[in-house]
Amino acid sequence: MDKKLEKIVQALQENFGTSYEEFRDEAHVFVKAENIVEALTLLRDKFEFELLSALTATDYYPQETPRFHVVYQLTSLARNLSVQLRVAVNSDQPKVPSAAFVYDTANWREREVFDMFGIVFDGHPDPRRILTPEGMEDHPLRKDFPLGYEEPQFTFNYDDVDLKKIYAKE
Amino acid sequence: MAQLEEVSYEQYKHLVSERALTGETMLLNMGPQHPSTHGVLRLLLELDGETIVNAIPDIGYLHTGIEKNMEAKTYLKAEVMTDRLDYMNTTGNNLAYCMAVEKLVDLDVPERAQVIRVIITELQRIASHLVFMGAFGLDLAAMSMFLYCFREREYIMDILEMCSGQRMMTTYFRPGGVWRDVPVEFDSAVRNFIKIFPARVDEYEALLTKNPILLDRLVGIGILDGKTALSHGVTGPTLRASGVNWDLRKARPYIGYEQYDFNVPVRAEGDTFARYIVHIEEFRESLKIVEQGLEKLKKLPNQPVISANRRFVPPPRAEIGVSMEALIHHFKYWTEGFPAPKNSIYNAVESPRGELGVYLEGDGGPKPHRVHMRTPSFDNLSVINKITQGHLVADLVAILASIDIVLGDIDR
Repeated sequence: MDKKLEKIVQALQENFGTSYEEFRDEAHVFVKAENIVEALTLLRDKFEFELLSALTATDYYPQETPRFHVVYQLTSLARNLSVQLRVAVNSDQPKVPSAAFVYDTANWREREVFDMFGIVFDGHPDPRRILTPEGMEDHPLRKDFPLGYEEPQFTFNYDDVDLKKIYAKE
Repeated sequence: MAQLEEVSYEQYKHLVSERALTGETMLLNMGPQHPSTHGVLRLLLELDGETIVNAIPDIGYLHTGIEKNMEAKTYLKAEVMTDRLDYMNTTGNNLAYCMAVEKLVDLDVPERAQVIRVIITELQRIASHLVFMGAFGLDLAAMSMFLYCFREREYIMDILEMCSGQRMMTTYFRPGGVWRDVPVEFDSAVRNFIKIFPARVDEYEALLTKNPILLDRLVGIGILDGKTALSHGVTGPTLRASGVNWDLRKARPYIGYEQYDFNVPVRAEGDTFARYIVHIEEFRESLKIVEQGLEKLKKLPNQPVISANRRFVPPPRAEIGVSMEALIHHFKYWTEGFPAPKNSIYNAVESPRGELGVYLEGDGGPKPHRVHMRTPSFDNLSVINKITQGHLVADLVAILASIDIVLGDIDR
């Protein structure tokens, strides 16, 4: 790992008791959910990580503890470094404090993660869905959400498929 | 007949000002079907007369579940989906994804393939900027720009078709290199384009850059300062027009960008005009890279264009006819795919719109566990409310055009 990055990972370790993994020269730092806002603030203010490049999540269903990882990919322009923070959350109450007041970009990205994974961000200023339509109840990127498809309508099965359409039920 | 529904105040109470309740300001929908929203973007505008108080984007009309679909496909088949993200920068998306796969499985790429990748990516950047320039002109009532820009874009589309058989959805880059070598007529076609294009850029500048009507509409409009831009995750030309010199091609060179001599245009003003100028200057810089790429390509004749690591690369067609093992490999490669380690990587490239990142996580099997595309337009659009406040509706159209959004990139 980069020497400059080592210092930052150490600082995180001392302040928040984090653990880290390394893969292909990338540092993945595991932070507890309650510390994430402070960790991001520390990185932004002290270590010049001005850019939150990506905020996403991944689902490890059927594994339940921890079921989700929320991933924060940070970039420092001044030091030309990258670091990844990961927050593990369990499935019964997927809740993470919102980082929308640390990075403005987290506002939309957290809405997207909520939309796709159902992870609630505490204290989010605008907790609406963003990509899927209003009124949708499921969270499509969860692993227990099936990858469905629509049956193509041909002449031989035209009526069968027609009966399954939404307008047939009215 | 369809009933016009009034936009309810309750739903957007926390986003609009209190004046909207009394009816002092008006809530108005712009889009999703509006020619200047570059696709299907809906903007909820709060207007005080013709002045914008708030502009709240509503996205997702083009959501196609690409990330979910990619999870159900092998690493190779998933690449086809990436073309459909940012449909103005198809090869750039392929590049970001292929590099992510290469990083995940630790695969080498031969030098000739790297050079071809640079040339094609830069041509695609020019094509994408041409569409920007055309649509930008069109939105500001310079109708002929659209026709001129699409005329030049055809040259690049022809070159892409020559290489890959497709004009837009190329899937030309593959993990480990490129699909096949460039054809013999590639060199002359690109040289022809290099010869024609600089004069055409001058023509665009003659039409737009000093046009007093255009300057009136652009200078000092939609000012975005560097700090706000970074906090909102804005990258690419939009960030560089705000005085921040950040280009991944320079900062973290990939596919050999460190060997090319080019500048990164930066403007300090941060207004709509600066964003336009940065795009114009990037035409010339990209052309420089293409020219150097052609020289490099000349020095590497008859070299492989795809890795020799057969674990991740299909056997050549000629071998399949004579070797039983190659045939078996070919069959297993295309049906089963190759496994990738159970870990995750993040890889970013500089797309024409900004930082295009791919978060790729393997699960030890032949299909990705999770693919997340960090698309630049998504974050670039999120700043729109801040930079349009206090401007007129007509300026909103100019600002929206200048941040160069592609809805396929935003909604995924």
